Amino acid sequence: MSEVSSAVAAPPLAGAAIDHPAARVLIGRHRWRWWEALPWIAALAFYFAFPDYLGFGTQLLVGILFALALDLALGYAGIITLGHAAFFGTGAYTVGLLAFHGIWSEPISGLLLAAAAAAVVGLASGLVLLRTKGLTLLMLTICTMALLQEGANMAHDFTGGFDGLPSLDIAPVLGMFEFNPLYANTQYLYTLAVLWLCFLFVRTLVYSPFGQSLTGIRENMLRMHAVGAPVRRRLVICYVISAAIAGIAGGLWAQTNAYVNLSALDLDRSATVLIILILGGYGRLYGAFIGAVAYMALEHFLARIYPTAWQLELGLLLVLVALFARNGILGLGEGLWRRYHIRSGS
Amino acid sequence: MDFGINFASILLGGLAAGTVLFIISVGLSVTMGLMGFVNLAHGAFAMFGGYVIVLAMNRAQLGFGVALALGFLVTAALSVGLERLLYRRLYRAGELDQVLFTIGLIFIFIAGITLAVGPESQPISLPAALRGQLNLGFVQYRTYSVFLIVVGLLIVAGIWLAFERTRIGAQIRATVDNRRMAESLGINVDRLFTITFAFGSGIAALGGGLGAEFLGLDPQYALKYLVYFLIAVSVGGLGSVVGVYLASLLLGTLDFVLKLYLPQGGTIFIYALTILLLLWRPQGLLGRKEA
Repeated sequence: MSEVSSAVAAPPLAGAAIDHPAARVLIGRHRWRWWEALPWIAALAFYFAFPDYLGFGTQLLVGILFALALDLALGYAGIITLGHAAFFGTGAYTVGLLAFHGIWSEPISGLLLAAAAAAVVGLASGLVLLRTKGLTLLMLTICTMALLQEGANMAHDFTGGFDGLPSLDIAPVLGMFEFNPLYANTQYLYTLAVLWLCFLFVRTLVYSPFGQSLTGIRENMLRMHAVGAPVRRRLVICYVISAAIAGIAGGLWAQTNAYVNLSALDLDRSATVLIILILGGYGRLYGAFIGAVAYMALEHFLARIYPTAWQLELGLLLVLVALFARNGILGLGEGLWRRYHIRSGS
Repeated sequence: MDFGINFASILLGGLAAGTVLFIISVGLSVTMGLMGFVNLAHGAFAMFGGYVIVLAMNRAQLGFGVALALGFLVTAALSVGLERLLYRRLYRAGELDQVLFTIGLIFIFIAGITLAVGPESQPISLPAALRGQLNLGFVQYRTYSVFLIVVGLLIVAGIWLAFERTRIGAQIRATVDNRRMAESLGINVDRLFTITFAFGSGIAALGGGLGAEFLGLDPQYALKYLVYFLIAVSVGGLGSVVGVYLASLLLGTLDFVLKLYLPQGGTIFIYALTILLLLWRPQGLLGRKEA
């Protein structure tokens, strides 16, 4: 609720009011904090410290980007969806089809094409889906995704159907740095750079008046209608942007793995990214980072050894998070931080 | 003449598949309508019940009817426990937390059953009376399919009567309409939730057992058919028993026909149809418009 009022009260700040503590908090909200450099330092450190795990690291970064895209739609605008793999898959298949049929293999413009294709799908579906809410919305997002997956399966001659498109030929980044399937150095740095740019964009967006109005819609749609905000248009725009970023994530996935298959459009993928986001904490910029690291590291090391035990632990973890840590790992951390500060302050 | 016989047998097969879908999904529809709880783990209860029934028959050599009753009771008891301990805490939480929690439960069920019984599919052997063909006068058809259709009709009629003619049914309808008002009238909504939840899970368990013959029964069951259960419920309309019945029959028949004539990617029509139906009536075929 407080965020709604801040969204409404933020613009008309007169000079005299700037000294007010509340005003200072509002103005300083979007400033960079020192700890915001930590994830990027960690990502660079990972590059030098674990050269053998760069393939896994690349997938981790793609996972973060996908979760970040979902966070925009689900965490900030409150659009409950289990079908975000539709956009991931659209991006992946855009890159995959263009490369496989020898039409276009330049990676950076390929990502832009992937984003554009996913945005078109997001716009077309968003215009219709976002009229609904609750279970109906959830079902429509799942069905849209399933429709695309079945479509990709049926268009066997173009998409390779169930087998997908193997060994894509992707041109070197900037014409210099080649993707080497054995050593993922280029893939890792390239993905990290794309993630960083997308993150800057999302961060700016979230702290803009537009982002604030999204939070307002999530918290109280009726009130946002009442103050005259164009609710539906904002939701659709947010959905399209989120779809485009998910498309970039999918494109990266296809480029760095050099293959595409139907798993890009799977319900599993949607569910996994949702789990990652909620595990980390949704509606927070860094929830995607924490969630992806926690989930994918556990999966990477546990699932290979004991798949069933991994599933059991994942289930228990999800139940515990849903019951006791509603705001994810980040929310848990924030709570501890606040408790510590209150105690040391008094 | 040939066409008529073909048509009849396709219709019967589709109706049987739809009936199983209905028996599994109806509990989900009622509990979702009543509590507004997005229970994705409903299919896991059906799976659990199916395992109890099939194992009771295969390992303990119980009869089909006894096994069904046992499956109903054990699953209902399990769901009462889970409802009292866990679900209850999340009634007021957001949809996201409910989705996360129930996905977690699905994983626990899948892993638990894999560990306890094994990852392989469990075969079911039907009693002799239900095997073979039945002469319906105009067409010969599998006895079991006819049996399923009849059981489905009995369950629809039973639930409808319970809703319309019993005190608990009236209380459930009142709570779906206006929960606060129902509570102020002295209806014990908590107890009502528990009873409905247990009953819905029990019926789903019957569906798991009855459908094991052609849906199969392996630990991935709860995830594999999840989308179908959800489509049946959302197209039928939350809280509407007859709506879910119609939607399930439609979905089952369509799926049956498409698998027969368009084995490659025929399901695309099911998703397309679902999208169109939900856009036309977002509250489902027979669901009530939200106030």
